[in-house]
Amino acid sequence: MRAYLFRRLFGTLLTLFIVVTLVFVITNVIPGSPAALILGEDRTLEQVRDLDRELGLDRPLPLRFAVWLAGVLTGDLGTSYFSGAKVSEVILQRLEPTLILTATSAILAVGLGVSLGVLAALFRGGAFDIGARITALTAAAMPNFWLGLLLILLLSLYWRLLPAAGYVSFFENPGDAWRYIILPSITLGASHAGIVSRVARANLLEEFGADYLRTARAKGLSPWSVVTRHALRNSLVSTLGVVGVTLALLIGGSVVTETVFAVPGIGRLLVESVLRRDFPMIQGTILVIALLVALVNFLVDGAYALIDPRIRYD
Amino acid sequence: MIRRWGVARKLRASGGSAVILGLFAACAVLAPVIAPFDPTHISVTDRLSPPALSGPNVMGTDHLGRDIASRMLHGARISIGVGAAVVVLSCAIGVMLGLLGGYLGRAGDALMRVVDGMLAFPELILALALIAALGSSIKNVIIALTFVFVPRVARSIHANVLSMRSREFVMAAVAMGCSRFQIAVRHLLPQALGLISVQATFIFAHAVISEASLTFLGVGLPPGSASWGAILSDGRDHLLDAPWITTIPGLAILILVLCLNILGDNLRDGFDPRAGNPRLGRARRPK
Repeated sequence: MRAYLFRRLFGTLLTLFIVVTLVFVITNVIPGSPAALILGEDRTLEQVRDLDRELGLDRPLPLRFAVWLAGVLTGDLGTSYFSGAKVSEVILQRLEPTLILTATSAILAVGLGVSLGVLAALFRGGAFDIGARITALTAAAMPNFWLGLLLILLLSLYWRLLPAAGYVSFFENPGDAWRYIILPSITLGASHAGIVSRVARANLLEEFGADYLRTARAKGLSPWSVVTRHALRNSLVSTLGVVGVTLALLIGGSVVTETVFAVPGIGRLLVESVLRRDFPMIQGTILVIALLVALVNFLVDGAYALIDPRIRYD
Repeated sequence: MIRRWGVARKLRASGGSAVILGLFAACAVLAPVIAPFDPTHISVTDRLSPPALSGPNVMGTDHLGRDIASRMLHGARISIGVGAAVVVLSCAIGVMLGLLGGYLGRAGDALMRVVDGMLAFPELILALALIAALGSSIKNVIIALTFVFVPRVARSIHANVLSMRSREFVMAAVAMGCSRFQIAVRHLLPQALGLISVQATFIFAHAVISEASLTFLGVGLPPGSASWGAILSDGRDHLLDAPWITTIPGLAILILVLCLNILGDNLRDGFDPRAGNPRLGRARRPK
């Protein structure tokens, strides 16, 4: 078990390094310098050169990468081109909404997805199954920013049930915070609930064909305990894989959802920074997102090994 | 032979989606001919007029009085065009990398390691980083999305190559003195065509949504262009007084992606008869 986790940890760190290097290269090896982009159309060559020197962009690329990486390892992500603030501090301030949003959407996507999928598998071919499959297909095909706008239109503007935008911290005003998080969570979670339900359904149906289930039935177990104690438990192990992927995608998808609902998280921060060409901020935000994704994947792998001994003895 | 039958039957089952996809494609190709108005023509007196089947603006107008039906038709050219370009480019490059990865030994393994690293990362974030560096334009959106989807294709082709490499027909080709290149192109590639077509439909669907998302975020296509994402984004400020501006392009994206997903599902089931049919029992994923 420990050896397996160490191997996974090494793989995770390697992946992280690859992604971070890639992002640094992408945002640095570009036609024209960032200084030219920041200064806009009416720039002179001297202005560009001065700004290059000021931002340290006149140094060779490998040196800049080494300096940046050394900074990252000591927790220093540089300073924003735009505001001059420390990147790490800005990101820390805006981490909470993203984490809360991702967590609530994940609970929604997994909870709703698994229960819909399991019910659909149990009543296979019936009206519920067909309805659940159509809903899942539609949810998976829906652009989530459009779903967000529709929800705002119906629930906030027409019926005035929930606020259309903004964010209130759970730590400051828990009584009000949940009202702000409902619509963004549905927006972000719906399409993933669709995907999870399809996988959960397929996995449970796959177990129904297994030999051990026939044995369980033959020895006289009630249908209820055949499903809950045998089939469901095994099918959820394979469903866990898709849950890991879902979590990673939710962190990525928060970029769009945070923009629709004006949630001040790191996804919104990334979009703002891209629009301003604030490269240190872009690199920092992506590094943190990569870190979160890697952490989630590592934890899911660990959970996998804990539940399914076949994996850790491989 | 049996496999071909499966594909044919499944394709018939998704006939409805194929017809709708064909209609979308026809709209994109014929847009300049069938669009009633110039999609960029501004007419402030007609602004925000609702859809009316009898009026001149069947789908209504936007905040500048531009005809939405015309913008949707021209938008189909951009949205579907970007999707198609991304599919062709990412499949071509991905197939090449996947084949290389399977036949380069150590270097191939290193290549696949990078591919895995990219795969573990949310697509949209990587695309945003690229757009930040390249700037907003149709060409750059295509480059960014291609870059994002290449690893998917490369990974599945690589897996396919690995599983095929030890099969008899490949060994026979090796024994007959075929070069690595010949084996990859003449023997392995045709085996992977089904897999590629399945990947292509899903990438198409993802590319359409991703382009719309990037444009919606304001970093995709330049302002004023008539892509579906741009129309949707324009309608944001008029949600309550002109809900049709956001509803129509949203519905179009939904239908297009839904049809692509259904087609992709059916293609996959057709090429792998055991998938999607629990009675036959699915091969357990090796872990």
